Amino acid sequence: MNRIKQLFQEKKNILSIYYTAGYPNTGDTLQIAEALEKSGADMLEIGFPYSDPVADGPVIQASSKQSLDQGMTLKLLFEQLKDLRKKVSIPVLLMGYVNPVLQFGVEKFCEACAEVGVDGCIVPDLPMVEYEEFYKDCFEKHHLSNVFLITPQTAEERIHKIDGLTNGFIYLLSSSATTGKNLEVGDTTEAYFSRIKNLNLKNPTMIGFGISDKQTFDKACSYANGAIIGTAFVKAIADGNLKESVSTFTKKFKA
Amino acid sequence: MKYKVNEKGYYGDFGGAYIPEMLYPNVEELRQNYLKIIDDADFQKEFHQLLKDYVGRPSPLYLAKRYSERYGANIFLKREDLNHTGAHKINNTIGQILLAEKLGKKRIIAETGAGQHGVATATVCALRNLECVIYMGEVDIERQAPNVARMKMLGAKVVPASSGSKTLKDATNEAMRDWINNPVDTHYIIGSVVGPHPYPDMVAIFQSIISEETKKQLSEQTGSDQPDYVLACVGGGSNAMGMFYHFMDNENVKLIAVEAAGKGVSSGFSAATTYLGKEGVLHGSRSILMQTPDGQVVEPHSVSAGLDYPGIGPQHAHLFKTGRGQYVSITDEESLDAGLLCTQLEGIIPAIESAHALAYLEKMEFKGGENVVVCLSGRGDKDLDTYIKYFNL
Repeated sequence: MNRIKQLFQEKKNILSIYYTAGYPNTGDTLQIAEALEKSGADMLEIGFPYSDPVADGPVIQASSKQSLDQGMTLKLLFEQLKDLRKKVSIPVLLMGYVNPVLQFGVEKFCEACAEVGVDGCIVPDLPMVEYEEFYKDCFEKHHLSNVFLITPQTAEERIHKIDGLTNGFIYLLSSSATTGKNLEVGDTTEAYFSRIKNLNLKNPTMIGFGISDKQTFDKACSYANGAIIGTAFVKAIADGNLKESVSTFTKKFKA
Repeated sequence: MKYKVNEKGYYGDFGGAYIPEMLYPNVEELRQNYLKIIDDADFQKEFHQLLKDYVGRPSPLYLAKRYSERYGANIFLKREDLNHTGAHKINNTIGQILLAEKLGKKRIIAETGAGQHGVATATVCALRNLECVIYMGEVDIERQAPNVARMKMLGAKVVPASSGSKTLKDATNEAMRDWINNPVDTHYIIGSVVGPHPYPDMVAIFQSIISEETKKQLSEQTGSDQPDYVLACVGGGSNAMGMFYHFMDNENVKLIAVEAAGKGVSSGFSAATTYLGKEGVLHGSRSILMQTPDGQVVEPHSVSAGLDYPGIGPQHAHLFKTGRGQYVSITDEESLDAGLLCTQLEGIIPAIESAHALAYLEKMEFKGGENVVVCLSGRGDKDLDTYIKYFNL
């Protein structure tokens, strides 16, 4: 069975961690994945860096730039992930912008994902209509889940359409914002989370953007199947002392 | 209408709206409303009134006698440099500010490179009393100090873009981020025919006044509204699209788009997108852009800040790919020399952007008597420092 599906069937309060491939050092990608699984992360989102990441805030943008400056490419990422499934058993998604995928070749990208054992993708600037028309068949052929984002402004009809088009989970943005803003769960956010919960979507949901500590994580988990942490983790591993920083970070959420 | 946008927001293989979900409601609101608003009679009346009384339109179509003698053809200059704020950019900002008002927006954001679009945006925000935030690369803020001062005088807040290369591309990224974080009350005035659909179409419609007037003026002056050639410079491509718009479907009119070769197309310091670029996605649309084999956007170079952009609008990509438009390039030096030539022959100091289009005249061969229209998109006041340094004035 698909690793993502299995995870959501077996677990609640899922902790998914995003990090930028090739950061802080080019060779760190697989090592971080292993360390995250060991210290209790349930799912991974590995970001392939892009020069113009408009949906991201300063922290992830800076990590992307550093990674690119150090020579990271999508091709190199797939080489680094060659032994992924010998070392990591939790679901892994790749997250990044559409242009590097286009240049790599969509078909080739899907093939490479399947080959190394990647379970799904999140491509924020790939529109739903384009996905449906040009990408869906290829993704499905290689058993890749494509995860869409929804925001407090996403209309209900569109949410149902997204729910019908995806088969992994739905990425629920806590607010309409770039990454790295702090989650402030006020009445409107709670109302939005409840509204989505009550739609009874066929896909599980994960809340992301602004989750940085145990308190915001727990809050998010009360409305969704789990939460995604990106910026806070990228900050935490900046100094390069991975052995310690990864497990210290993850354990905060698993206490 | 072969070259216009289709109902899916595409020009052939190019266009679309490659945007994160956070921008979808904003862009969708625009898409559903822009044509309805623009076609409304009251909107048209107010738009044209402002173009006339505030911008100073119609801009003259001037038969440049000494140029014509030099090249053996009738060289007409479409004088967008005489518009209020000194360039064609204001045609678009007037249109978009009126549209933003109709959508009930309270806050305006924009990106700017050289500062011309920033000034044109700050100007209309002052005119309509709307809050204005301009994103500008840190590097550009330093090299375009007078325009920064103008924007501030006009009441705009100028926010430095300190990410990436700190120029136009990064200012655009920052403006998009602002829009993501302010989804309800803010309108983003994109300054060129780039961005997600419907921006390229909307900006082209507002700039199409250039060719609309040209046809009429040419007809009055020559008896025919059909020139043999129209020329314009292309960064993102808004003045060129305005100049081409009403001639696109008439295949007898040759469209020549002049890109910035920078220090030479093979020098590594160039902005000649169609020559150096490949198909891909930048700033929300599928087009042609300069990029690495891995799909990372490459930093362009041009002496002219307005042409210093790594992509072109999707409609230009379509005109290029279909062969309807001829895309050529001019180096920094050739453009500066052409700027001086224009000044000395016609008494007009052109913007270095526009000087790229003029420079291509030197490379054309005329049989004699052809009617040629060059879009003189802006005036050169802002470029005096560059001219002074280059010519040791």
